[in-house]
Amino acid sequence: MNLDALIENFQKKDVSAFEKLYNMYGENICGVINVILKDSERSKEICQDVFIKVWNNSSSYDASKGRFFTWILNIARNTAIDELRSKSNKEQKRNLSIDSFVGILEETEEMGNQVDVIGLKKMLKGLKELCREIISLLYFKGYTQKEAAEELGIPLGTVKTRNRNCISQIRKNNAL
Amino acid sequence: MDVEKYIASGILELYVSGALSPKENEEVQGYARQYPEIQKEIEAIEATILDLTKKASPGMPPTSFESIASKIKKDDSPIIELDSKPKSGWVTYLGWTASIILAIGLVWTYLQNNELKSDIEVTNKTMEQLKDSLSNIKLEITNKETILEELRNKDVSVVLLQGQQVSPASYAKVFWNASNEVVTIDAQGLPSPPEGYDYQVWSLTLNPLTPTSIGLLSDFDSNEDKLFTLENTNESQAFGITLEPEGGSETPTLEQLYTLGTVGP
Repeated sequence: MNLDALIENFQKKDVSAFEKLYNMYGENICGVINVILKDSERSKEICQDVFIKVWNNSSSYDASKGRFFTWILNIARNTAIDELRSKSNKEQKRNLSIDSFVGILEETEEMGNQVDVIGLKKMLKGLKELCREIISLLYFKGYTQKEAAEELGIPLGTVKTRNRNCISQIRKNNAL
Repeated sequence: MDVEKYIASGILELYVSGALSPKENEEVQGYARQYPEIQKEIEAIEATILDLTKKASPGMPPTSFESIASKIKKDDSPIIELDSKPKSGWVTYLGWTASIILAIGLVWTYLQNNELKSDIEVTNKTMEQLKDSLSNIKLEITNKETILEELRNKDVSVVLLQGQQVSPASYAKVFWNASNEVVTIDAQGLPSPPEGYDYQVWSLTLNPLTPTSIGLLSDFDSNEDKLFTLENTNESQAFGITLEPEGGSETPTLEQLYTLGTVGP
């Protein structure tokens, strides 16, 4: 069954289609949340909440407005950012860095954390700080192109081309 | 359109991240449908992000979907039940109708009950009032019977007191029972005494003329029957009633003699 048909069934409240989508994207969404929260246990809980939201709001997904993954990515990061804001200031300060990968690459020795640090490091190898910042803002913090340009103090067009270069670098690292 | 250049612009990476405006999204989708290279590139970019995010996953227990499924099924179960039994629609309507009728019935019964309760309360109060007035009436009757009995006593002599100069229209009757030394004055024929004055009853002996007070017609206005009972131990030959300052006088004020009558032989 192709993705479009699967999504269509999911929107008709077919639980088995939903399970297939969960198996396709579950780990990725939990990973996005973990990059934002840097708390593996809490991330697992929030990840479940996100998929319940996805189910409850299935009718609001409109294929003409973007990719299905982009839609659930948006729900996941909004939920995770809300969770982050509801936490104490101390916790927030840890996440003040624009580069979301800072914590996740260093705090992986904790119990129950199965983050593939080696794989992550390999993917991010050779990436300049600006790259990690652009990717963090666009994919993990949900910034628009304009917001990212303002945050980083670079021209609007540069965000687009730089991001392209950064993703290409990751793809190259992945192909190695 | 230069597909290579479009891909190289970086717009597809922004499309996957969700950073584009709705209008830009539509444009990208239009081109993706038109050019398979663009669609392929979008999928490759998405795969890269999927790869990256999957590596950051804290790991999911194998049963994680079951716990999600149990939550969503719990939430949706009433809807599923209704959808899966469309044939039983009329039963549902009947059930609802019965429930509504029952509910209305319960409310009606409750209201009726409350009304009855308040009716009972009102009735009880009325009954209490009736009991009170009945006992008052009984008491009154008893009083009057006592008086009547007293007046009918064979030992009672009746003395008519005629109106005198001050008030010729006045009259009074004295029922004197010499055996039990009680006089009952019927003062119906006397006007109300002015403020600050009382009628005083005198027993008189005629030779020589000696008046002896036997009492006041006190609370004249509030005595509805105008029947007053006094004690008289005298060998009375006549009775007189005078108007005296409140509380009575030692000797009668003869200018204010209202009624006077002699005891018959």
